[in-house]
Amino acid sequence: MTVNADLLLRNGQAAPLGAVPDVGIDVFRNRVVAAVAGGMRLAALFGRPDADAPGAIRLVAVLASDSTSHLSLLRTCVERDYPALTPDCPQAHWFEREIAEQWDIRPKGHPWLKPVRFHEPYARGAGVFAHPGQGPLCGVTDFFRVEGEEIHEVAVGPVHAGVIEPGHFRFQCHGETVLHLEISLGYQHRGIERRLVGGPDARTLHLVETAAGDTTVGHATAYCQALESLAGVGVPARAQAIRGIALELERLTCHIGDLGALAGDIGFLPTASYCGRIRGDGLNMTAQLCGSRFGRGLLTPGGVRFDIDAARADDLLRRLDAVAADAASAINLLWNKPSVMARFEETGTLSAETVRQIGLVGPAARACGIGLDVRHDHPAGIFSFAHVPVATWHSGDVFARAYVRWLEVQRSVEFVRDQLRGLPDGPIAVAMPPLAPGRTVVTLVEGWRGEVCHVAATDDAGRLAHYKIIDPSLHNWFGLALALRGQQISDFPLCNKSFNLSYCGHDL
Amino acid sequence: MISILLARLHQKHRTFRYPDGPAPKVSDRLRGRPTLDPARCLPGCSVCRDVCPTGAAAAGPDGRLVMDLGRCLFCGRCAEACPQQAIAFTTDHRLAVSRREDLLLAAGAQLQLATAMGNRLRSFLGRSLRLRQVSAGGCNACEADSNVLTTVGWDLQRFGIDFVASPRHADGILVTGPVTENMRTALLKTYEAVPAPKIVIAVGSCAVAGGPFVDHPEVHNGIAALLPVDLFVPGCPPHPLTILDGLLRLVGVLADR
Repeated sequence: MTVNADLLLRNGQAAPLGAVPDVGIDVFRNRVVAAVAGGMRLAALFGRPDADAPGAIRLVAVLASDSTSHLSLLRTCVERDYPALTPDCPQAHWFEREIAEQWDIRPKGHPWLKPVRFHEPYARGAGVFAHPGQGPLCGVTDFFRVEGEEIHEVAVGPVHAGVIEPGHFRFQCHGETVLHLEISLGYQHRGIERRLVGGPDARTLHLVETAAGDTTVGHATAYCQALESLAGVGVPARAQAIRGIALELERLTCHIGDLGALAGDIGFLPTASYCGRIRGDGLNMTAQLCGSRFGRGLLTPGGVRFDIDAARADDLLRRLDAVAADAASAINLLWNKPSVMARFEETGTLSAETVRQIGLVGPAARACGIGLDVRHDHPAGIFSFAHVPVATWHSGDVFARAYVRWLEVQRSVEFVRDQLRGLPDGPIAVAMPPLAPGRTVVTLVEGWRGEVCHVAATDDAGRLAHYKIIDPSLHNWFGLALALRGQQISDFPLCNKSFNLSYCGHDL
Repeated sequence: MISILLARLHQKHRTFRYPDGPAPKVSDRLRGRPTLDPARCLPGCSVCRDVCPTGAAAAGPDGRLVMDLGRCLFCGRCAEACPQQAIAFTTDHRLAVSRREDLLLAAGAQLQLATAMGNRLRSFLGRSLRLRQVSAGGCNACEADSNVLTTVGWDLQRFGIDFVASPRHADGILVTGPVTENMRTALLKTYEAVPAPKIVIAVGSCAVAGGPFVDHPEVHNGIAALLPVDLFVPGCPPHPLTILDGLLRLVGVLADR
């Protein structure tokens, strides 16, 4: 399973940058392809400039061995182009498009090399995406087209019918049946990663918290753990427990909201209207913690900013009981209603094989029977001590993605209840020393959509030389596209909501 | 069927009585309208400015603190850092204003809350306000807490206000996000598609002034430079009560409260 001579790290374990094996592109390519073929997962693949290699771009691969809780790092140097990994390792496809767009490096042989976010490259090189006379226009690219007399194309977005974020969806249809869906994003690109270089400063944490605003706690946890590792500090147990409570509240709140929205998409109004309100009660619990319904301002490198005293814990426990009872009453209506199950079952089905091939994460993977969960596979923080059972279902359809979420709601409720009843004593934060120079770290957090992955590296002065954010949506958008194949186009909203991926988390 | 009825009994009637009854209780830790104490604020001190992520805390003409609530992320770092405790965040949710400059809060000054739209526009719209929401770089927090107003607790529709799918059916747009360059065209086209007269509402620090992304080359620091704005609702994200307060002031329901 492991690759010889790679640097093996645990989640949140920092290492000197120089310890990351630096190999030729052929060795790099072969090792990544072999590792993924052997069952590892490509958690990250990205480029960054390197002061040691002027004019070239460093490619860094982070391979996750979920069975042994190891992360394996590898790097190489490329200049104008390199042989794409994607033909032999489909998990790399979106990453390589990003590398081409950010650094103007051409992955030769990539089967569909298109922009990801539609911005000017950070460095000018081979001219991969040329935009003569103007900047890139978001959504203007080559779309895959199915030809035929009875084929028609449906284009949706960027502005959609609901109160949601923008993205463009292009369907190739034969009658009602979708032959192919292509998803083109980038409308939400705010330049977050580029602004993080040179930090941390007063704004860094806010950019991380809003990378995907509904995953504030997930991304803030990954960021804080990265900085704490780079600074070499341990976080007090009480702070870890409070972070865990907030993370699970975020999960159960979003899942309850989405289960309601799934019910809404099929016109089953009781669950839809109840869950919308119950979700608000969950958000209000997070607000009781820190004043913000989305957990803004709760985490800080070194710990948390708000404590939970006995009275607040009691209040939260009472609220949790009410949320759990109301959610059970609303959501259990779904599973025995033929009108619901007829729409949920065998809609938008993905196979476990597809999940492995394209590297899906989170509930979307677990709904295909794959027990992938950072809290279990790469535990850090409170999850090293308090275990949350991994929820899986086998059928891979909308029902499975909904049912896994309901299982997770219940397990998150139990976790939060346990933590609130037995909060460790002690302080909630420690002072943060400066970051150590010339080090790198990978942190993984199981956000409610799946694996949140942050990769940080410091320069000689201990500033952030590079910071990579990978929202689970980056892995999973392609899963939604594949789930639509052979489906009725009218089932798109339902399939979309069963994943409910982040546009801004993808666009950054 | 019986299970649906039993669930209905369990879930009860949940619509808030606000504004005729009390407002839903907010967290005691909510960071709402800040207060600045001019007696405590020391001229020349810059502690709050140093910790502010967006430059919302700035020196006024007399060297003392002025807070731009349009830029403020309500993170509370300034209040935490001030050695004089000159800044405090209250739990007052009322923050929406009609003019951008009304968000500049000087020490000891009152916030000039939003006023109702003009009588002509009001008689034109009647008791209905239909809004097309456009997310132009929003992080899904402002979107979520705008959307939550349509749930049974808040029941926005009882005020005649609702979100609609088509700009052609709308009386205005409610914008979230700092307006990314990649969404600029779509936002302007959506605005153009709304029949005049039309209303523009900026919800959240991003739409008001760029939020945490202010001055990124990828964004336009909010919508004010692109469109005429009728209502500014600050916050990152604003509490649903803050958004509702702004909407109700705009349609004249809360004029004297």
